[in-house]
Amino acid sequence: MSTRLSKGGRLLDRSKALDFVFNGKRLKGYQGDTLASALLGNDQMLLGRSFKYHRPRGLVASGAEEPNALVHLGQGGRFEPNQRTTTTELYAGAELSSQNHWPSLEFDVGAVNNAFARFLVGGFYYKTFIHPRFAWKHVFEPVIRQSAGLGKAPKEADADHYEQAYDFCDVLIAGGGIAGLQAALVAGQAGKRVILLEQTPYWGGRAPVDGDVIDGRPAADWIAATVADLAKMPNVTLKTRCMAAGVYDHGYILAEERVADHTPGDGRPKKRLWRIRATRIVAATGALERPLSFAGNDIPGVMLASAVRDYVVNWAVSPGDRTVVVTNNDDAYRTAIALKEAGLAVPVILDARASANGPLPTKARAMGIRVEAGKAIAKVKGGKRVTGVAICLQAGEGAVLEEIACDAVAMSGGWSPVVHLWSHCGGKLLWDEAQAMFRPDATKPPTSHDGQALVYAVGAANGHLQATAILPDAAQGAAAAAGVTPSGVAAQAAPSDEAPLEPVWTMPQGAPIQLRSKMWLDYQNDVKVSDVQLAAREGYESVEHTKRYTTLGMATDQGKLSNINGLAVLAQSLNTDIPNVGTTTFRPPYTPVTLGALAGESRGEIFQPLRKTPINDWHLKHNAYMEPVGLWRRAYCYPKGGETHSQAVDREILAVRSGVGLLDASTLGKLIVKGPDAGRFLDMLYTNVMSNLGIGKCRYGLMCTEAGFLTDDGVVIRLDEDTWLCHTTTGGAERIHAHMEDWLQCEWWDWQVYTANVTEQYAQIAVAGPKARKVLEKLGGMDVSAETMPFMTFKEGTLAGLPVRVHRISFSGELSYEIAVPAGHGLALWEALMEAGQEHGIVAYGTEAMHVMRAEKGFIMMGDETDGTVIPQDLNLGWAISKKKADYLGKRGQERTYLASPDRWKLAGFETLDGSVIPDGAYILAPGVNANGQGNVQGRVTSTYYSPTLKKGIAMGLIKGGLSRMGDVVEFSAITGQPIKAKVVDPVFYDKEGEKQNG
Amino acid sequence: MLILECPYCGVKAEETELSPGGEAHLKRFGPGSTDEEFEAYMFARKNPKGVHFERWRHAYGCGKWFLAARCTATLEVFGTYPAQVSAPPQALQDKIKAKRPDWKGFQ
Repeated sequence: MSTRLSKGGRLLDRSKALDFVFNGKRLKGYQGDTLASALLGNDQMLLGRSFKYHRPRGLVASGAEEPNALVHLGQGGRFEPNQRTTTTELYAGAELSSQNHWPSLEFDVGAVNNAFARFLVGGFYYKTFIHPRFAWKHVFEPVIRQSAGLGKAPKEADADHYEQAYDFCDVLIAGGGIAGLQAALVAGQAGKRVILLEQTPYWGGRAPVDGDVIDGRPAADWIAATVADLAKMPNVTLKTRCMAAGVYDHGYILAEERVADHTPGDGRPKKRLWRIRATRIVAATGALERPLSFAGNDIPGVMLASAVRDYVVNWAVSPGDRTVVVTNNDDAYRTAIALKEAGLAVPVILDARASANGPLPTKARAMGIRVEAGKAIAKVKGGKRVTGVAICLQAGEGAVLEEIACDAVAMSGGWSPVVHLWSHCGGKLLWDEAQAMFRPDATKPPTSHDGQALVYAVGAANGHLQATAILPDAAQGAAAAAGVTPSGVAAQAAPSDEAPLEPVWTMPQGAPIQLRSKMWLDYQNDVKVSDVQLAAREGYESVEHTKRYTTLGMATDQGKLSNINGLAVLAQSLNTDIPNVGTTTFRPPYTPVTLGALAGESRGEIFQPLRKTPINDWHLKHNAYMEPVGLWRRAYCYPKGGETHSQAVDREILAVRSGVGLLDASTLGKLIVKGPDAGRFLDMLYTNVMSNLGIGKCRYGLMCTEAGFLTDDGVVIRLDEDTWLCHTTTGGAERIHAHMEDWLQCEWWDWQVYTANVTEQYAQIAVAGPKARKVLEKLGGMDVSAETMPFMTFKEGTLAGLPVRVHRISFSGELSYEIAVPAGHGLALWEALMEAGQEHGIVAYGTEAMHVMRAEKGFIMMGDETDGTVIPQDLNLGWAISKKKADYLGKRGQERTYLASPDRWKLAGFETLDGSVIPDGAYILAPGVNANGQGNVQGRVTSTYYSPTLKKGIAMGLIKGGLSRMGDVVEFSAITGQPIKAKVVDPVFYDKEGEKQNG
Repeated sequence: MLILECPYCGVKAEETELSPGGEAHLKRFGPGSTDEEFEAYMFARKNPKGVHFERWRHAYGCGKWFLAARCTATLEVFGTYPAQVSAPPQALQDKIKAKRPDWKGFQ
């Protein structure tokens, strides 16, 4: 039985009782409880099931290292799985349910796996499901998927909001125990800007629980006084409930503050993600206790000794009436003493060491506790709860000497410093033989931009487990981090002599396989001592491989409990030293960070910044279906009445082809290139010549990467003697501008050229269709006749009283004018054109109609016909490549043998024999199979549409041989059904002579 | 997240303000170069563990490209300088040599 004690509870406010629900049962806790302490206070030791064997699981720890006690918390939009009960505060009305079991926590069908544990050894995934091959896809994978995953995913959108904030400091201190407080005091007194973060809601860490005495007063008093002193310093920021998740390059720290986790729905953000830049970091992150590996150490009721002490002292919860303590060190005696002082029974302390005669064991004996040195637990008895332990000699093989009834076991295998923040940026560790721990190697710290140490580990995180050593170490580390010589005296703790621990990696040391296969290392993932030993026998010598093969340390606690024990077992199995095995890599975050906090405010409408053209509101008012194009929103089509999108697209195309239509082309990239060397520069940038373009003329140009591949295209116009304006694709404007600047600044820096991205300075409207000229003439203001403004020229002037630049260019194949106007006049010009075109049945057409019309005309589209592996020659664009120029970007690249090969897939048009539309992404089939047994292919479709103009499917694609294959009938793959037969044709389906666009 | 000082505008820019451009001081080989020269220019990169010269653009700042000398193993930044040079400034090379005596030098 675990129960709430009538007295005590350092962190409890007994005047505030809180009701909560666990698996439908109404329970009571107090203000100050964690979910774990509240559950334990209600005798709820069984909290979940393990991942693989579905074994009963109870609380092991009292902090971030807890591997078992994860629950579903909340309802509806506030439902969250995998909430760690030991770090989550209780609030009134909290609704908890246990996870990873079916149908109920007490009776679980998956526990049948436990009976087959013999067959589910380390690496079983890799061994069991190999044969027969077909079974993986059809049998194993669906079943595994069904049972995999811990906890349920939320079904509703998150009802909470999250925010992000920035801060800066000279010294960031992670951890608000006595080391962190002492460090903050030193750095704060040195006048540095200090931020002190503590992950729990209270200051002081373990010191008050351990009964430390500092400067002659109880630790709690010293802590309160120190926090008060720090609060008075304007240069010190104190934050509780804020976990330093990771340290990144040059002193960047991510920290998650639990703002309203414990007050859900109060209007504040649930969490706040801090992005802090610190010059130096002090890691005062403490240490975590290690379990001992004995048979049955996973049975609910077996807990860390420090956790048992925490529950008794902090929350007045007794994990059991009779608690057996098992240890290899003196610290665990504090737990026995705390239990005894709380009026609970400690039948025996089993100390694996040959003798135990330090002050703490002596005190325990004086209190009447039986201490057995050299003894160990052979086996824990019990199923869903501990009922007793069998005692044996630590030095032996587990022969039972005695059985003792108990309902809890407090174990301590020593302590491991929390070195995560030290290690994230590359700090190295050394193996401390005496304390059996990895601790920071101060000679190999992570470094910052100046080559100096970035992180200083202090206190228990630095391997000092006694308060007497912790406080001066913290003062010294903080002074070094602050770049000052330590001034004043650090607080002094009363000494508490502890005898050295003795490493115990299996208990008893000669345990046979029957016992070793019941010794849990990783509680959540069910990795046992025998699994690691098996991995070692099977040749997994690297700790990183063993981790992945056995899943040791891959559970949600990320090996905080299990890793050191696991790698010690691995070292033993490999007959080598622990430092030779080393640790796995420590990666952020220290404990899980909510995805909502990482997203912050970037969700829903403000997920990302949107770019809108000056005509955007008109589109929305006219029922446009908007599509994202990069960050832009463009009108895809404008459905009318009950039209489907494809009906709207067809109507828009036919209206343009027979009358006139308007396209909002404002998103088109517009880059000004100006200067005495601008022409020479553009000749290097484009594959064709731009320097000889006449003023007032337009020319289509291609841009390639230095490797030779097409990267962008567009129409270039020459504004005056030394000024050109380059149109780029919508998505290419920023990229191509950066590309230009790259070459200008880094290669041809002596060329006199300026570039400017003026994309958003102009709205641009395409007026396309046989009636286009009539519409412009009606607006009046300039001569747009075929004689004064022939195809591929432009003119500046006035239309409808607005200052415009009118280009005779066409992407639709129709008579077309593209009119640029200062952005502020964009909507006015659009509306004037709409009105003027009424008599000709003018329509607005969207991007899809534009796409279909350019495909009907055989015009290529970046991203459809190109994919980064296509050169202009592949697209029959040799005419746009200058033979005369000695050099341009991509010329040398295109000369490479593979790119010059006649076997390359080249552009052609395709028409299906039955008039149907070829599916997107279809491949052109070829006879035979390749080395992998897959059917051969000889090309693929790149653009495929239904053409309302031609009333049939049309397509462009790349095919081996290109236009030389004209007239051939080829087969396109179909996802379902028979391949589709199509004829190779000229890709220009509409107005081959160009009479319409030139007219 | 690195912090690099833009040598043009003097801003100590965080990595999110910058866009990376790979190895610095590449010599361009265009038409007329051999396959080996072009391959080395286009694809072969030093990728050292240690002193490295890199191109960065202060993309969300002044827009200028600059070069940075930094240790890829320790993240130490030796200096940043404008891009319009074909070799790192001698003073910077001397500084790196002093800090990394076993550095083989810029070439």
